Amino acid sequence: MSEHHSQATSPPPTGNPLHVGFFVTCLADLFRPSVGFASIALLERAGCEVSVPVQQTCCGQPAYNNGDYPGAAKIARQVIERFSDFDYVVLPSGSCAGMMIKHYPRILEGEWHEKATALAEKTFELTTFLSEIAAPVPDQQFPEPLHETVTYHDSCAGLRELGIKQHPRDLLKNLCDIDIAELSHSEVCCGFGGTFCAKMPALSAKMTDDKLADAGDTGAQLLTGGDLGCLLAIAGRARRQGLAMEVRHVAELLAGDYSTPAIGEPQ
Amino acid sequence: MTMNIQSENFLDAANSALENSQRARTRNALGQSTPLKRAAAVERFGDFEALRRHVKKIRQHSLDNLDHYLQTFEHQALARGNQVHFARTGRELNARVLEICNQHQARKVAKGKSMVTEETELNDQLQAAGLEVIETDLGEYIIQLAGEKPSHITGPALHKSESEIAALFMEKHTLPERELDTADAMVSEARVVLREHFLSADVGIIGANALVAATGDSMLVTNEGNGDLCASLPGVLIVCTTIDRIVPTLDDAAATLRLLARSTTGQAISCYTSFYSGPRGESDPDGPLETHFILLDNQRSDVLASDYREMLHCIRCGACLNHCPVYVAAGGHAYGSVYPGPMGSVLTPLLTSLEQSHMLPNACTSCGRCAEICPANIPLPDLLRDLRRDEHEKQLSATRWRLGIGLHGHLARSPQLYHWLTGVAIKLLHKLGRKKGFFRRLPLASGWTQARDFPTPQATTFMRQFKDQNKQDHD
Repeated sequence: MSEHHSQATSPPPTGNPLHVGFFVTCLADLFRPSVGFASIALLERAGCEVSVPVQQTCCGQPAYNNGDYPGAAKIARQVIERFSDFDYVVLPSGSCAGMMIKHYPRILEGEWHEKATALAEKTFELTTFLSEIAAPVPDQQFPEPLHETVTYHDSCAGLRELGIKQHPRDLLKNLCDIDIAELSHSEVCCGFGGTFCAKMPALSAKMTDDKLADAGDTGAQLLTGGDLGCLLAIAGRARRQGLAMEVRHVAELLAGDYSTPAIGEPQ
Repeated sequence: MTMNIQSENFLDAANSALENSQRARTRNALGQSTPLKRAAAVERFGDFEALRRHVKKIRQHSLDNLDHYLQTFEHQALARGNQVHFARTGRELNARVLEICNQHQARKVAKGKSMVTEETELNDQLQAAGLEVIETDLGEYIIQLAGEKPSHITGPALHKSESEIAALFMEKHTLPERELDTADAMVSEARVVLREHFLSADVGIIGANALVAATGDSMLVTNEGNGDLCASLPGVLIVCTTIDRIVPTLDDAAATLRLLARSTTGQAISCYTSFYSGPRGESDPDGPLETHFILLDNQRSDVLASDYREMLHCIRCGACLNHCPVYVAAGGHAYGSVYPGPMGSVLTPLLTSLEQSHMLPNACTSCGRCAEICPANIPLPDLLRDLRRDEHEKQLSATRWRLGIGLHGHLARSPQLYHWLTGVAIKLLHKLGRKKGFFRRLPLASGWTQARDFPTPQATTFMRQFKDQNKQDHD
């Protein structure tokens, strides 16, 4: 790992490792660094050289989704400057990756639009990158299963903007021998919606309750997914309702990190 | 008057809707069953995507040449003996309808389902002028009896349970002792009551799903046939619709039709699809003696000239309502507008003002399900976000939100300060909440902690841990 990224290496000469700029995303940075470390471990197991630009903060979704397009565009330009020199940019979040891939080009014009489009082409959500670009070498042995039944929450942005559906399931099977007990309404929003959950808490909670009931019906003791926003909201509601559902980010499971306390559990 | 709305109270109305558990269950059931019906119909159809693209082109072309097609329609409709009127506002439409009713000394009006006349509140105007107005679509009839507004654009009474409707009929219909314990029994009773009104109405009013420029026809789909009775039994027929319903040809109307029923109810085609071409001809045994088309603008031409013109592609199928988790949770009435759900949250601000309705574009989690299933491929989440941009520009959102977003933006663009501040804050939060694992209450996060616990962060931020680790690596 190196703290500062090197010069542009795209396209990489054959034999050289892919140089990945890792964008940890603000939620993982602040609330769950273990997601970041698990992601880096996976990328390194896939043979990548991983850099973490120190100047990174947030992808700009709070501003964008609240209608502050100029504010979001400023953040977008900052991200583009920090990350354009890597072979690939990887984020452990479908919604932040979707922001960079689908929405940066939408809010930027001229030269910056071109740069945003070029960056979008090499930006990947973690499980997509590990499935389509560089596969992590499996461990000799599967980790001891943590729970008998695991369910998966497909986050809306990842699902609909980036088509993330099968990759995390295949990775969980191949790296951890986990079969997903599917939700009945896996394509319905969990109620997080970024700042929506704070603007309209009762509506949001109703949606999360439906999601938790659906998860409970699968018999799962553990719910996982690829977006920390949804997971924090689901875990937070589960704690409030006194439900025992454990919630973890898929990167942690894939990296075999079963020991970090689950979201909202005592540390 | 453009359109009366009560959208400012969205949040309170939605929160009280959550508390009516019976209606919430009804909405949940519909929110689960209607998407399955649509999905099955789309599956059976085959290349639905190609049809969506085809109809999108039709809608685009029609709107790009709206002036031409409106003229053609007017010309063709006049040639067939219709009278054609254009109304700039809802008030103008209502006045024109009243004028026609007065010319014929009408006392009773039978109406088919028409969202446009809900938008203009025509019934209130006619009733104020002493006319008896009978809604004949079963859903509209039920809410008219109950004195309520529609909660859904294709199923106006979907919020009402069977038992509520049975009690309503028992109260409002003066009929002998009877059992009303099945939906069939209620439908039969409504039929009997409504039949009298069809026969005695002086004027029939219907809406239109499409206006065909090439022929001067209007197209209407119903599942009850009530529109046809309104259109053919009274002596005078008035079709009230908006200028954006226009399509060039019958084939184009048919293509739209193939999308419509599948998206709405999952049917391949609705029970009745009728084309109305004009007054009774000399050799026709029946039909109205006089027919009018009233084409309403009410802000549509402004929308056409705006960045939101794609909203005019809407075919009013209601699928985005059925698939929207916020609509399903909050119910249609919470929106305070005749157009609820995602399409309504875009349309209402455009037809009225963002000042009155800026809560609506916020009633969205950006989940994207509406755009995924919209038969007209309208990018609803993008349009809703663009309306939030307008809200932000006009400074309509709460000051503390705007300040918060602004502050966050500034911090996000000052990485060093951001990392220092978050480093301190996260460490503190971790210390305070480590043992428990979560916070029940947290200052500055009350929106979150109102409904859910706030998970305690890990020891310190990723960026700080990473920096520390890296230092050690280099030492």
